[in-house]
Amino acid sequence: MKAYQLSIFAENKPGRLAKVTRILGKENINIRAISISSSDAFGVINMLVDDPERAQKVLSKEGLTVKLKEVIAVIIEDRPGGLDKLIQLLYDENINVENAYGFVLESWKKAVFVVDVDQIEKTQAVLKKNGVETLDTEALLAAEPFHYMKY
Amino acid sequence: MYWEKEIETISRKNLEALQLERLRKSVKNASASYHYKNLFETIGVDPEKISSLDDIKKIPFTNKEDLRENWPYGFLAVSKDELVRMHSSSGTTGRATIIFHTQHDLDEWTNIVARSMYMTGMRRGDVFQNMMTYGLFTGGLGFHYGAEKVGALIIPAGSGNSKRQIQLMQDFQTTVIHIIPSYALHLSTVFEELGIDPRRDTNLGIAFLGAEPHSEKTRQKIEDFYGVNAFNSYGLSEMNGPGVSFECQYKNGMHIWEDNYIVEIIDPDTLEPVPDGEEGELVLTTLLREGMPILRYRTKDLTRIIPGPCECGRTHRRIERIKGRTDDMLVLKGVNIFPIQIEKILMDIEGVGTNYQIILERKDYNDHMIVKVEVHKEFFSGDLKQLETLRRAITEELKSDILITPRVELVEPNALPKSEGKAVRVIDNRED
Ligand SMILES: [Zn+2]
Repeated sequence: MKAYQLSIFAENKPGRLAKVTRILGKENINIRAISISSSDAFGVINMLVDDPERAQKVLSKEGLTVKLKEVIAVIIEDRPGGLDKLIQLLYDENINVENAYGFVLESWKKAVFVVDVDQIEKTQAVLKKNGVETLDTEALLAAEPFHYMKY
Repeated sequence: MYWEKEIETISRKNLEALQLERLRKSVKNASASYHYKNLFETIGVDPEKISSLDDIKKIPFTNKEDLRENWPYGFLAVSKDELVRMHSSSGTTGRATIIFHTQHDLDEWTNIVARSMYMTGMRRGDVFQNMMTYGLFTGGLGFHYGAEKVGALIIPAGSGNSKRQIQLMQDFQTTVIHIIPSYALHLSTVFEELGIDPRRDTNLGIAFLGAEPHSEKTRQKIEDFYGVNAFNSYGLSEMNGPGVSFECQYKNGMHIWEDNYIVEIIDPDTLEPVPDGEEGELVLTTLLREGMPILRYRTKDLTRIIPGPCECGRTHRRIERIKGRTDDMLVLKGVNIFPIQIEKILMDIEGVGTNYQIILERKDYNDHMIVKVEVHKEFFSGDLKQLETLRRAITEELKSDILITPRVELVEPNALPKSEGKAVRVIDNRED
């Protein structure tokens, strides 16, 4: 199952994130989850949106540097220990998590977690073997968020 | 293949004889000007007594300050009625220096520009798009008249307006362009945005790069992107402008037209000449200019003579790509750095985009260098780690060459100020 996040190269200066959200808002593209990783002078804004391809197009047109990046979206149980199960599984298999963030689907029941890993195919195989459900972009689109949470 | 075979391939002996004859005339002519008349009287130079090329050393150097102090007419060697055009230097500090030309001066200048262009393969029938500012700046009109003399069709496009430039290239099948290198790199991003590939969608074959020192890698980038043969050129308004020195088809140094100029390379500190092959400051003397002759002009540009003959058969010596200007030299923590050194390193690193900027700051009596580098659009993979790796690589490469560890900041493609004229590469925020 393939899911894509938007990765946007952005300098750490006021207004960069606001520019991104303004463009997406105007284009009626829904942001499902967001995470920002940064060094001191520049960073990368990662986003899950409901229409990644169109989002990439409109953002690029406005001069932003945007890549679609394949990530894995999994459904975990929204309760203490739910996330731990997933992380331990990846750790056991020596898979390095570069970035992770997510959002709750149903409070205390289900959450969607997005992981950006170094070995995407291996991760998918491991998850499948262990019966962990992954979502593709369409399934993500269908999932109703409750609120955002950040890892 | 030669514009003027006889003069371009003249033997060194005959060239030197010609230079001496012209030097004597030029010095004598110069002594009619207010500045040189006073100077010669003060230090006792007799123009009649110049009997060898070596005697040029009896004449003191001329500096930009001399031109400023004698602004505007102190160097005129003819009456004002003889003048038909003026140009000025693009200096950013102080009063611009003005150079006046008689019709004869313009004709000679036009001839060496035509000679230079012809040397690179431009011919009658070519369509020449001149993407330089027309006006006081010599790059526009200088090339314009040279191209006209060769017999090309000129599109006097002027600078800027990128989309129109591309449109003109396509509509009139431009074959030759004259462009500032940093603008050529910027224009490549506009081509990409428009989805136009100059290799496929234009007829471009030759590019003249000028008005700005640039690295070999920048030339390669331009050649690869546009599918052209790009030629480096050198000139300065005090010595007319473009056409002083130009690359031939072998692109190994720029032939400097020694029938028009006497070339000296000196040590900028001791002011003594250095032997051929050694680096120093370029000093030029006009041999054919009547309106405003300038003797032993210190260009502040650092280069060296490339020893030995060129395969093309021309006997006029070659100077190497300008290493920098003594004016541009940055002194940071006691280390001398030329911006072009930094460009050379940056352009060799994969992932670096088309523009960069060097910022100097002073904090707690300590100087710091910040280098802002645009990331290439295609390079970004969405990964912060990849950017960090690039930043480290740039820092390391710079450190090993300039011996100072700069703070490298990666910025988005096209984030730095675009240059449609000469690029501003260095911002010095240090206060004295
Ligand atoms: Zn040659």
